[in-house]
Amino acid sequence: MKRPFEKVVEEHAGTVLRVCRAALGVSDADDAWSETFIAAMRAYPELPETANVEAWLVTIAHRKAIDVLRTAKRQPLPVEELPEAPTTSGLPGSDDPELWETVRALPDKQRQAVAYHYVAGLPYAEIAEILGGTVEAARRAAADGIKSLRKNYPGARVKGAPS
Amino acid sequence: MSDLGANADVTALLSAPVDVETLARLHHKLEQAAEKNDLLDIAYTTVDSPVGKLLLAATPKGLVRVAYDSEDHDLVLDTLGHKISPRILRAPKRLDRASRELDEYFAKRRQVFDLELDLSLSKGFRQLVQRHLPEIGYGQTRSYRQIAELVGNPKAVRAVGTACATNPLPVVVPCHRVLRTDGTLGGYIGGLAAKTTLLNLEAARS
Repeated sequence: MKRPFEKVVEEHAGTVLRVCRAALGVSDADDAWSETFIAAMRAYPELPETANVEAWLVTIAHRKAIDVLRTAKRQPLPVEELPEAPTTSGLPGSDDPELWETVRALPDKQRQAVAYHYVAGLPYAEIAEILGGTVEAARRAAADGIKSLRKNYPGARVKGAPS
Repeated sequence: MSDLGANADVTALLSAPVDVETLARLHHKLEQAAEKNDLLDIAYTTVDSPVGKLLLAATPKGLVRVAYDSEDHDLVLDTLGHKISPRILRAPKRLDRASRELDEYFAKRRQVFDLELDLSLSKGFRQLVQRHLPEIGYGQTRSYRQIAELVGNPKAVRAVGTACATNPLPVVVPCHRVLRTDGTLGGYIGGLAAKTTLLNLEAARS
């Protein structure tokens, strides 16, 4: 029996937001999150009961993120306003805009592979289906992405420092 | 909370939880967007009351379900998803008026509910009985037999009992005002303690 949509939101809201942040950075992620869940809610009654709900949501988020990126590219002048700062504990982590900016700077395939594997926890077989290409290519893109993040994310160095 | 010290890696940060306030803000936006896009088939909330925590659920047509804690709210929502639509969100706004009227009722400042009701969970004779129950005034009681007569089917005493027992809108549709002919309580969906509480509340008006 299909669960109330509220349960789907409760369970996957955080993962989908992290996927959107990985794709778009913190400032644009909220809108992509909203559009993802509205599209999902619209289609939910027709979703087969056996479907992997998380993979389904990540696929929708993937498409919404691509839409947002396309729209952004059409706009000649990017908005330079700072994003509304999310509340954070001051620790680098999931709410740290810098982390997501570093992720955003990765090449598309790497960024997406990192998002879907390390953020959403999807197996590479599912990721290969979303991205197209082979399972091995998805695995390699994620590995390259993570290597680059370790090198470039400032928080990765700061928090390793002895206190 | 895991140690974010020397061993923390970007891979751990990437899967770290998003803060609760951000998710609450996004959820609120989703409630509004779902309502605006006509996707919110069922909105629900819970309210505290002298008869325990009550689940309130409404379709765009009106209040469709009031459920006692003892009915298991998760189970009630599953059933609503099955019978009406799984497009269900915790979205208290649509229930603002119902919540307020219930508050007033429990504070003895309201005797009649003025709410749009969606009786689609009941069919046929049960729905007919439930439509007539609000005719029993505040603080009054009727017997199952009297209700059977009221709906023009004096022999259907047992069916009236079933209609009361399956009332999807307890408290608001006052099945608690229906007793056995001998004046004993009969059954109640929220348990006999809840039925007694409601009857005492209504009897105690000054």
